[in-house]
Amino acid sequence: MTRTHHEQDAHPVQAERGQDIAEQLCEQVRRADANATPLRIAGGGTKAFYGRPVEGETLSLTEHHGIVHYDPVELVVSVRAGTPLTELEAALDAEGQRLPFEPPHFGPDATVGGAVATGLSGPRRPWAGAARDFVLGCRLITHDGKQLRFGGEVMKNVAGYDLSRLMVGAQGTLGVLTEISFKVLPRPAATRSLRLEMPVETALERLAEWGRQPLPLTAAAWHDGALHLRLEGGTSSVAATAERLGGDTLEAEFWNDLREQRLAFFGDDDGRALWRLSLPNNTPALALDGDMLYDWGGAQRWLKATADAETIREAAARAGGHATCYTPHAQGGARDPFTPLSPVVAKYHRQLKAKLDPNGIFNPGRLYEGL
Amino acid sequence: MNILYDEQLDGALTRVDKAAVLDDLQQALPDMTLLHREEDLRPFECDGLSAYRVMPMLVAMPHTLDQVETLMRHCHALGVPVVTRGAGTGLSGGALPLEQGVLLVMSRFARILEVDPDARTARVQPGVRNLAISEAAAPHGLYYAPDPSSQIACSIGGNVAENAGGVHCLKYGLTVHNVLRVEVITIEGERMTLGSEAFDAPGFDLLALFTGSEGMLGVITEITVKLLPKPESAKVLMASFDDVEKAGKAVGDIIAAGIIPGGLEMMDKLAIKAAEDFVKAGYPTEAEAILLCELDGVEADVDDDCNTVRGVLEAAGATDIAQARDDAERARFWAGRKNAFPAVGRMSPDYYCMDGTIPRRELPRVLMGIARLSEESGLPVANVFHAGDGNMHPLILFDANKPGELELAEDVGGKILELCVEAGGSITGEHGVGREKINQMCSQFQPDELTVFHAVKSAFDASRLLNPGKNIPTLQRCAEFGAMHVHKGELPHPDLPRF
Repeated sequence: MTRTHHEQDAHPVQAERGQDIAEQLCEQVRRADANATPLRIAGGGTKAFYGRPVEGETLSLTEHHGIVHYDPVELVVSVRAGTPLTELEAALDAEGQRLPFEPPHFGPDATVGGAVATGLSGPRRPWAGAARDFVLGCRLITHDGKQLRFGGEVMKNVAGYDLSRLMVGAQGTLGVLTEISFKVLPRPAATRSLRLEMPVETALERLAEWGRQPLPLTAAAWHDGALHLRLEGGTSSVAATAERLGGDTLEAEFWNDLREQRLAFFGDDDGRALWRLSLPNNTPALALDGDMLYDWGGAQRWLKATADAETIREAAARAGGHATCYTPHAQGGARDPFTPLSPVVAKYHRQLKAKLDPNGIFNPGRLYEGL
Repeated sequence: MNILYDEQLDGALTRVDKAAVLDDLQQALPDMTLLHREEDLRPFECDGLSAYRVMPMLVAMPHTLDQVETLMRHCHALGVPVVTRGAGTGLSGGALPLEQGVLLVMSRFARILEVDPDARTARVQPGVRNLAISEAAAPHGLYYAPDPSSQIACSIGGNVAENAGGVHCLKYGLTVHNVLRVEVITIEGERMTLGSEAFDAPGFDLLALFTGSEGMLGVITEITVKLLPKPESAKVLMASFDDVEKAGKAVGDIIAAGIIPGGLEMMDKLAIKAAEDFVKAGYPTEAEAILLCELDGVEADVDDDCNTVRGVLEAAGATDIAQARDDAERARFWAGRKNAFPAVGRMSPDYYCMDGTIPRRELPRVLMGIARLSEESGLPVANVFHAGDGNMHPLILFDANKPGELELAEDVGGKILELCVEAGGSITGEHGVGREKINQMCSQFQPDELTVFHAVKSAFDASRLLNPGKNIPTLQRCAEFGAMHVHKGELPHPDLPRF
């Protein structure tokens, strides 16, 4: 029985090259595992700031690139981890499709593997889903240097454990992602963005009210005294909703600038750390000192503050959420960028890590000390 | 090959004395219902896959989390396996009991704890029925999207354990896309929270790992689900085709036109006839295939999309296109599809429902393969298909009272799943592996991949007490089963001894 006939590159030469590079990567992992040498898994390096610093021999994925298989009618694309994100997005765009979770790039060299390993999602996330929601399958190098396949290229697949989604956001600490299959979706027929001046309290009330209605909303951010909205859908509904909501027209580029942290808010740090607060829908304004930008309809808030990690994390936890520090420790950010896990959850994280990476070679310490 | 637990192939279980276990648990949990007499155990001997039956050693029916916690601690200490069961509607034998095991029935945890319309979430206990969540959310204009056909009876805990789907998956996702948080009790009796009320949680995505893990990693004791606003409008088109292949191509054409329907279902002639005889849905019984295409969303967009889809269907060679005129007719169109399984059940003493998924482009080839298997075996096969997301439900008709027919049906079913794997698909799209498809897992995964699954399992349940024998086959089982199969041109597991 063969599963290889549907995994063809456009060019056989490219496929062969891909296999060679994958084999070299496997070999480097086998050597590292045998010597218990830590590996620092790297793509374009655009998200190296995210998480704790990793000391180790570099395992570079950038040579392992290319779209392996793309069938627009199936809504599925399989792509090697080292592929530049811009290359994948251009290929999808040419077919009128896109990655609905609009991953942040944070630089021109961002790779598909890095986007999946960090699991970050852009402004559309609350309405469209996160990176993990669009991952259908992956190829993964295990600690013993074997490249294995989990999940697949079909929309529904509940055979075995969902290893592919487990890898999203694990930041390479459980294995090396070499190939990812995504579900993709068509671009909507119409898009419009609006800017409505209102205080944040009013904006949050409106968003709760609109959230119960079937509106074609796909982004909502409050910043600088105004609620910024993006509508996407059919021509008729977008036009009708825009008319109903009023406000001024907003350039669509605003959403890219927000996702890429290019807005003035994210600029000059003046000694304050940048925090990401992930909160339940409908969380009221929190009593925290600093500047706040609300994204995801209020469920993701960017905070620039000098407060210590405990204060910020406590406020987030009281609201049912958690807080991540985006400013590296070396630049004055928190020592632990991610919210500490409860003792039981931490225990199972350690046990899982010990089973999948017994010699601790994959990005050790990137998420948490000792993991 | 016998599907029931086989210690030689599935791993040894601890020898325990029923009387001693009963005594220990009764002492520790005097207020918990603990069934032990044969006549009390009988109703629990199978789930929705009723061809397989095993009497559990004991049935525990706790009503507090403290009881679940204590039960787990004791079973862990005694080495007694625990099989968790919800409503028992699963079709893959995921809740099939073990003779030496405790069946943990979660049906008494049946309360909706909170519906928060502003946060658009519901917090529920695992025994709550799927449909009850949408009913509780309805006054707020909200609903819970995943809608397995069994939604009037199946419980949300089982939905999470199986990562249940339904007819609206392509647009609205499976259970994994619609759950925010679960509370879990581990085999060691610890409590932990996975996910959060926010859109993400720190650390590994254990919520995704637990969803669809078939009760192998922990016991789910509470679930927070996302609620969505009810679409303003939903319209259904029914297109008839004189050729199955044309219908299959039309599905791709709709998606190529940039439209993601809320539901897109296909039925073949035998399924159409069965459904029409049963519910009088108004299906064209002379058609070789029908497509049901539901478009939902904002009214104006739905009207635009209906026109586009109508054009696509005409161009694809539909012989007739009907649009449901009102909600009553729309419900009737769907009733035929939603009742397709029982409808087929009326045509034949028994039927066996498969759940393979394929890339849609492979549909004609796989359907031809199924027709060939049907002809060779003499067993009719009706095809019901979540066409939008490539999830096939071939229904194999047979008579269990005729000697050898159950085995023949199982054999045909196994071959259909292998066809799906060959086509680049999966042996299960939404029903789960359970005990039913344990052997076919050996076709879909290589030994190295299965070894990783076992490693994951051992991180959460080192003593293999949670639902042993389900979901992930041992390498020994695959060596036995796989002896008949050649994977990627190589004999599997050449290093393992043959039994």
